[in-house]
Amino acid sequence: MISARARASSDTLALIKSKGFLSCGVNTGLPGFSAPDTNNNWTGMDVDFCRALAAAVLGDTTRVKYKPLTAKERFTALQSGEIDILSRNTTWTQIRDTSLGLNFAGVNYYDGQGFMVKKSLRVKSAKELDGAVFCMQAGTTTELNLADYARLNKFTYKSITFETNEQVREGFETGRCDVLTTDQSGLYSHITKLSDPDSAMVLPEMMSKEPLGPVVRQGDDAWFNVVRWTLHALINAEELGVTSENIEQMKSSSNPAISRLLGTTGDMGAKLGLDNSWAFHAIKQVGNYGEIFERNVGRLSPLKIRRGLNALWNRGGIMFAPPIR
Amino acid sequence: MSATENGWQPAPDLPPPSSSVGIIGWIRQNLFSSPLNIFLTVVGLYIIYKAGVPILDWVFWSADFSGEDQSACTSGGACWVFVGQRLSFFIYGFYPESEYWRINVLFVLLAVLIIPQMIPAFPHKKWLGWFFLVGFPIVSYVLLLGGSFSLPHVETEKWGGLMLTLVISFVGIVFALPLGTLLALGRRSDMPVIRAICVGFIELWRGVPLISVLFMASVMLPLFLSEGAHFNKLLRALIGIVMFQSAYMAEVVRGGLQAIPKGQYEAAAALGLGYWRSMGLVILPQALKLVIPGIVNTFIALFKDTTLVLIIGLLDILASVQAAITDPAWSAVAAEGYVFTAVAFWIFCFGMSRYSQGLERRLDTGHKKR
Repeated sequence: MISARARASSDTLALIKSKGFLSCGVNTGLPGFSAPDTNNNWTGMDVDFCRALAAAVLGDTTRVKYKPLTAKERFTALQSGEIDILSRNTTWTQIRDTSLGLNFAGVNYYDGQGFMVKKSLRVKSAKELDGAVFCMQAGTTTELNLADYARLNKFTYKSITFETNEQVREGFETGRCDVLTTDQSGLYSHITKLSDPDSAMVLPEMMSKEPLGPVVRQGDDAWFNVVRWTLHALINAEELGVTSENIEQMKSSSNPAISRLLGTTGDMGAKLGLDNSWAFHAIKQVGNYGEIFERNVGRLSPLKIRRGLNALWNRGGIMFAPPIR
Repeated sequence: MSATENGWQPAPDLPPPSSSVGIIGWIRQNLFSSPLNIFLTVVGLYIIYKAGVPILDWVFWSADFSGEDQSACTSGGACWVFVGQRLSFFIYGFYPESEYWRINVLFVLLAVLIIPQMIPAFPHKKWLGWFFLVGFPIVSYVLLLGGSFSLPHVETEKWGGLMLTLVISFVGIVFALPLGTLLALGRRSDMPVIRAICVGFIELWRGVPLISVLFMASVMLPLFLSEGAHFNKLLRALIGIVMFQSAYMAEVVRGGLQAIPKGQYEAAAALGLGYWRSMGLVILPQALKLVIPGIVNTFIALFKDTTLVLIIGLLDILASVQAAITDPAWSAVAAEGYVFTAVAFWIFCFGMSRYSQGLERRLDTGHKKR
């Protein structure tokens, strides 16, 4: 059970190619991002990003070894070389980026702390929450964010903290508090678990910025580029209208941007040290960013999260990928 | 002179009045013997009725048992459909479905090895026991991990559920007992260096909480290891658990050693037995027998402590239930999941407890105070 493996190798890409699989650190269970499905396979947005990466590098989405990690051990696992990429709803902050020996390769989900209220309260905005009772999980940044937000907006509040997610929801359902606050993506999964999902709504405000994205070790620029541009390729594919279904027809598209993306012209893949059809494999086997979003957390999933900030820049969101050229 | 020779025979005893024997007698004596007892009985029955009926209703009468998904859970009680649908995950974790038979073989083998131990008259029990402690772990290792005998390799990240819980507790039990016995002997040794090492080891591991041992194993250890050396996470956790439990086991066994009268040591020495033979043949068999309750207590605690591995991202039975109940395809099914886990734990812990009681009765040589 002991395996000798080059630790913190400076050439992760070559290592992945030689061992033939990608080690991907994921969450132990966060619906829509990484959780076991009914067939006991890992599924979710973060999981799909690893699958896309495996398709780009090795041509096969199944060549991923998932390592479920808790929040506390995730960075160590990356630093020690146990995983090649951390794709585990990790918020990009300055401290993490500068002091942990890590690099954030981009953002695959813009999250932020939000509020959920009972519709019967007839509250339309977080500004009307003066004097409300808030339910939240103990020991998270949620409490600190709320304190900051309340001071800034000059409202008073009472808070009840619970140990687990289920207890927070129970507190909200039984009416011990008026508002449940956590990350917006978490609010939507709370709503699906309410006995009457239609009785609650998520307010439009966000009180914190939580950009989530894949993380790699610092000091391996080649691998960093592969991860960053695989993410950009998925976002560009959505912008160019390339989906897993129409990708074969798109290969003969006259749009030069699509030809470059799919590797029919140019050598974009070779510049990353990959096959020129790297993005083709990723999009064909996993789908473009929009497909990944809708399948895991959006319209086609039980969570039904609206695109919001995560819509493309030309459709009202801020998902913007530099061009592949 | 007996009564029959005298020609006089006592009339046969009358049976006791029907109100003082059987169920009715028991009830009268124990539940309705005084006004206070009558009052307490009525209150108790009322509480049982008030608490018990809704629980039974939730668990059985208005629960849903068959179906495919959330839509089958309409009657308002427990949604056992969820547990049924995810049972394979709770038992096998991420183990590939085509390889489930390997785990099933081990479950059957485990039962085959344990059941004869419960039957006093079963022959060759000693050999079965040795196979259980030595052969079975090797067979399990080969079968579960694969990679040899043309079995596909299944990396430990795919292990999970009940199977992982059993692996961790079994490894903990099989290694902690011999290691703990050695430590206990070492702590009572006349050799100062050995004694110091054993005391240091025991006090170090007993002085830290298991949760911090696991954290060290999973978070700190990888950073200390030299470049290129890479320990499997499960192995790191297992080593931590074995170290931790053997320290506790050592103290339990030491309790047994202290209870053996000095005469036994002297008798063993008088027979010309050396240290290891006097320990192995005279002292330890008596000492271990004395502390069976303590040993099994430690085992049960260990079995339940294994759930702590969920904080280092190992998906044991509790962690896999917790991961499954967040599935948005199901509404609130947390209670069902936790009840299932509790029942699974209870079955194993109760089994261990019953087995230890049987063992105590069988090994009893009349030294116990009654």
